[in-house]
Amino acid sequence: MTQRAIRFWHRGKIVEVSGVSPQRTVLQWLREDQHCTGTKEGCGEGDCGACTVVLGSRDDDAPGGLRLEAVNSCIQLIPTLDGKALFSVEDVKQPNGTLHPVQQAMVECHGSQCGFCTPGFIMSLWAHYENKYEKRDAAPTREQITDTLSGNLCRCTGYRPIIDAAQAAWQKPCVKMSRAPVRTALDELAALPALEYADGNSVNSQTFFAPRSTSELAEIYSARPAARILAGSTDIGLWVTKQLRELGDIIYVGAASDFAQITTNDEWIEIGAGVSLTDAFAALTADEPQWTELAERFASVPIRNAGTLGGNVANGSPIGDSMPALIVLGTQVVLQKGERIREMPLEDLYLGYQKSAMEQGEFVRALRVPCRDPKAMFRTWKISKRRDQDISAVCAAFALTLDVAGTVTTARIAFGGMAATPKRAAAAEAALTGRILSDESICDAMRALASEYQPLADMRASAAYRMQVAQNLLWRLWLDYSSSDVLRVHDVTAEVTA
Amino acid sequence: MNAVEPKISAPQEKAVGLSITHESAALHVSGAASYIDDLLEMQGTLHAAFGMSTCAHGRILSLNLDAVRMAAGVVSVLTAQDIPGLNDCGPIIHDDPILADGLVQFYGQPIFIVFAESHDAARRAARLAKIEYEALPALLTTAEAVAAESWVLPPVDMHKGDAEAALAAAPLRLKGHARHGGQEHFYLEGQIAYALPRDQDTMHVHSSTQHPTEMQHMVAHMLGWHSHQVSVECRRMGGGFGGKESQSAQIACAAALGVWKTGRPVKLRLDRDDDMTFTGKRHDFDFEWEAGFDQEGRILGLRLQMASRCGFSADLSGPVNDRALCHIDNCYYLDAVAVRSLRCKTHTVSNTAFRGFGGPQGMFAIEYIIDDIARHLGRDPLDVRCLNLYGDSAGDMRVMTPYGAKVEDNVAPAMIEELAASSDYATRRAAIIAFNKTSPVIKRGIALTPLKFGISFNATLYNQAGAVVHVYSDGTVLVSHGGTEMGQGLYTKIQQVVAHELGLSIGTVRLSSTDTSRVPNTSATAASSGADLNGKAAQAAAIKIKQRLTALFAQRHGVPADSVVFADDCVHSGSVRVSFAELVIEAYRARVQLWDSGFYSTPKIHWNKETLQGKPFFYYAYGASCSEVAIDTLTGESKVLRVDILHDVGKSLNPAIDIGQIEGGFIQGMGWLTTEELWFRPEGAQLGRNMTHAPSTYKIPAASDCPPVMNVRLFDNANVEETIHKSKAVGEPPLMLAFSVFFALRDACSAARGSVAPLQAPATAEAILRAIGDMSENTATGRLG
Ligand SMILES: Cc1cc2nc3c(=O)[nH]c(=O)nc-3n(C[C@H](O)[C@H](O)[C@H](O)COP(=O)(O)OP(=O)(O)OC[C@H]3O[C@@H](n4cnc5c(N)ncnc54)[C@H](O)[C@@H]3O)c2cc1C
Ligand code: FES
Ligand code: FES
Repeated sequence: MTQRAIRFWHRGKIVEVSGVSPQRTVLQWLREDQHCTGTKEGCGEGDCGACTVVLGSRDDDAPGGLRLEAVNSCIQLIPTLDGKALFSVEDVKQPNGTLHPVQQAMVECHGSQCGFCTPGFIMSLWAHYENKYEKRDAAPTREQITDTLSGNLCRCTGYRPIIDAAQAAWQKPCVKMSRAPVRTALDELAALPALEYADGNSVNSQTFFAPRSTSELAEIYSARPAARILAGSTDIGLWVTKQLRELGDIIYVGAASDFAQITTNDEWIEIGAGVSLTDAFAALTADEPQWTELAERFASVPIRNAGTLGGNVANGSPIGDSMPALIVLGTQVVLQKGERIREMPLEDLYLGYQKSAMEQGEFVRALRVPCRDPKAMFRTWKISKRRDQDISAVCAAFALTLDVAGTVTTARIAFGGMAATPKRAAAAEAALTGRILSDESICDAMRALASEYQPLADMRASAAYRMQVAQNLLWRLWLDYSSSDVLRVHDVTAEVTA
Repeated sequence: MNAVEPKISAPQEKAVGLSITHESAALHVSGAASYIDDLLEMQGTLHAAFGMSTCAHGRILSLNLDAVRMAAGVVSVLTAQDIPGLNDCGPIIHDDPILADGLVQFYGQPIFIVFAESHDAARRAARLAKIEYEALPALLTTAEAVAAESWVLPPVDMHKGDAEAALAAAPLRLKGHARHGGQEHFYLEGQIAYALPRDQDTMHVHSSTQHPTEMQHMVAHMLGWHSHQVSVECRRMGGGFGGKESQSAQIACAAALGVWKTGRPVKLRLDRDDDMTFTGKRHDFDFEWEAGFDQEGRILGLRLQMASRCGFSADLSGPVNDRALCHIDNCYYLDAVAVRSLRCKTHTVSNTAFRGFGGPQGMFAIEYIIDDIARHLGRDPLDVRCLNLYGDSAGDMRVMTPYGAKVEDNVAPAMIEELAASSDYATRRAAIIAFNKTSPVIKRGIALTPLKFGISFNATLYNQAGAVVHVYSDGTVLVSHGGTEMGQGLYTKIQQVVAHELGLSIGTVRLSSTDTSRVPNTSATAASSGADLNGKAAQAAAIKIKQRLTALFAQRHGVPADSVVFADDCVHSGSVRVSFAELVIEAYRARVQLWDSGFYSTPKIHWNKETLQGKPFFYYAYGASCSEVAIDTLTGESKVLRVDILHDVGKSLNPAIDIGQIEGGFIQGMGWLTTEELWFRPEGAQLGRNMTHAPSTYKIPAASDCPPVMNVRLFDNANVEETIHKSKAVGEPPLMLAFSVFFALRDACSAARGSVAPLQAPATAEAILRAIGDMSENTATGRLG
């Protein structure tokens, strides 16, 4: 590889960026370097959405060959834009200067007050409109809108007028961007050699690599085992903006197209480590609808667009939400180091708090999630203070197989938020295995939990609450199995009494 | 001059009372509205960052800033010693250092400021300090402060009647306690100031502030300058909510100090975590009470102690607690009451103004008490609420507040009646009781709560405002006033008021940024008073100009002055009609003054802050809401299913903007009482550190928390007082509509528990589960014994 400038599409043309630190965020570049100040900073950690921009990337399955996704510019690093298109709020107006339907609807519905959150909302709504608008009057449902807006906070309006605006925009005559010129430009960029970038600053000898294939990635990583693997940047971005950490050499996985593939056979769904959470959850939910709630509550749309399932697993946080479910489903993690590929049960990856079985220079290549077992009962539930975009106090997953008599033949139970790693509940599993699933055996399993976890207390929850909820979720499992009661507040509507 | 032919144009609607969109809406949606950080930076601009304490209470033994000074890009590092004037940013009492001097009083308190070539460089350098402390005992909670009798201001008592005697004589008595949490403002735009040097020892400061005049004073005091050397400007804020009333001072002063020291422009934009760590929040309160009442639940006597966590300094805690005292009645008549207000000094961030300014806190107490009484008696809380309401304003019975003012505009009974009917309260209440009998896991709850909020600053002197209206010779109009725009739509309303007065279309009237060099000695845009005060002042200025134009027109056309009408961008009398622009140029040529100032001071009000008696409020704003919720008794998670709101904004200046304030206030209040929880580390190395210093850990409502059914209506009610076009203030009161959410949750928890649930705010999932009770037979873990 030879070093070159970062190139991407911005404001109607290909721009070249060089001489800036590879750790510079897209938001800093927009606001400070370009004086493109429509995009705001509200938190610098991916949580408020004021910085939302839309990225375009080549995708033959997407309309016009261009995939459009909202992401948080505050935690995306500028070299990751190489080969992509960046759209900010300045791009949304129509070429003749009139407001786009989502903008016009926001004005008419009084969807802005202080206006600081508004550009971010516009970008989320614009991406949604571009992706989903098919015909006039087929407005999205309220749930679709609140999901679209799960990564945008507004402190002024209370959201009702914004939700109205999102629907009103679809009553207006269609306005869609012309994707062809962008796609053509991105094709041109794709013909360039893979990016190797440094800022040319002699003090900082940090290099950014964006290999185009897994084998290239493996090779670079073997040569520089101290380098930092960068995927969606939704964990790493915060190390940069909040801890002001220097990352050293960076190997970005996002340009390796074979790293982001989902393949399925009779046994498993193999999810490449570069697959975004959005795509990964789509595949998992298609196979097993019980993933739905977790998929909706995991972070927000823009975080799921950027972040990867591989990153969630590799980061190995005790409160990572995908792992309990992946573990109970018997997921194998596929690791690669140089040319060596090995696999292991996912739970074996976690040795202790932030300690994994991955060797230096080894990376997560893929996850093999067994296909849905029609005989098994799988559930995964996340509990947090707020429904959307919150970190779990407790995240639970259960996979039970039962025989015709109702005896539990296998029980796999795992929790996040209860220990230093995502961890299986061996004693609770034992309390159920070989017994009829009943309130009695469930109560024994609940008691067993108390013996195997010492959850921590922090701002999210006390230890006692975590334990109580973990136990109660076992009880919910029982009720889910044995009754037809409504079990979650989110399934409740006002209708019953209206 | 000849009479012009009357133009054929559709008669223009009056500007006031219309749902005109926010004056900046089109800019907001296209990213073209400039906030301070968006202004083009002047060459040589430096960026600042604070260095903060890592000790809740301690003496600084050594402060080694060598590494900070040596760091890349650093130009200057300043400490308390470098401040030429007063090291203080306390709005009332001078106990609030800009930079800690020797003593640190909370974890995260600013100690020094770095000025560097970039924002990033300043932040990096600020982390390199080596500071040693001698740790001193730290009081973190209200309870600890009460036990230690640690106050920022002395306790205050308010009395009406003989509470002890009434308690003793009451047939029934109940003791109780309650608490609610604090609240972070979470304005989307963090605190920021951009200070620019000007010649002759003057300075211009762009400050994201609700109180430009106070920023001007603070900067001047800090530098040892006079007020006329400092001008402060604010075009718009990305949200304020009270958090930029006094809290913007530290930021403005620090930026100004850098300008003074380096001679270069300085921008200080707080990182979100720093902002949430060391800027003040809503006061959390602990309440203890004893109430005496009759069999029906009518309160006869009340003794109440309310202790607020003020943090390490007084800031606005005095007036916040005074307003809390003046709202412990809410809509209810209290015959005999004794309230003690404790203003606790703790080693935590200094708490400050937040939408409602103590009002919500005081009202929380009485709502909790009434809810307790009702539950104790087994009555529907709404019945007990209605029983205790203030009397009809027409009569003279049951109208005297604890602070000696009469309630003369009471519409709460009518509003409750209307809302109970429109929300179908009784039917739904019955259905919920039936539902809860058969639903094991999900329980529902409902509550209808009223609110009454006093309008005016408690301290009479702040109830004044000024404005300047310029009519330029081309007929366009520019208005400056003392109020600031933080999203509440003040500029839009002022624009409407002036356009209305001069008969102009909205587009002819522009608002300038708020600047202390245009209108001096302004009050904070606070206490919901922005449109009341500045609207009147702007109207007064417009009227003066209108009168001169009227006189000119009358004289030129030989028509009586009282026949002259300003409408449709024209001035006319009978068939004589001249466009406004033409009349203006004519007036200019005739040397008529085309600009003027207006001033307004609220009539009728007075307040004795020693005796806590007087008439502090010009009038009251009212509201009522009915919420239905569901809770999950296994996890404590909850959801607001439906809310019905009826709110009194008098005769609305702009219904769309008012409804925006109502809904936004409601959701913000809902956040305060449900998911928004502040958590200070209770022990260990980082004792006292606020761990909820970012949106990842501090959870304000998100879009999916907005109730799926939300019926909001304005109550048809002209203000009985002569306010601007008979409207009422709307900024703060709607926050308290959220009480219905909290008490509906308590209703559901009580149903789950089978007895009165001791739910405390914020009603997080954990708090709800705790209120249901570990040992409850109805919960799964209860079964484990
Ligand atoms: C606002 C916000 C909300 C969030 N909400 C949630 C949530 O609800 N639930 C949850 O679980 N998480 C949440 N997260 C955390 C984060 O989004 C996830 O952990 C995400 O899956 C990380 O993936 P990534 O691709 O962004 O990883 P990155 O940030 O790019 O990397 C994370 C870590 O994994 C390593 N890594 C990445 N890919 C590989 C690989 N293939 N091989 C080896 N190492 C690798 C990196 O070196 C780094 O150490 C949230 C984050 C934010 C900012
Ligand atoms: S600035 Fe808040 S998400 Fe990026
Ligand atoms: S309009 Fe102010 S934060 Fe949304």
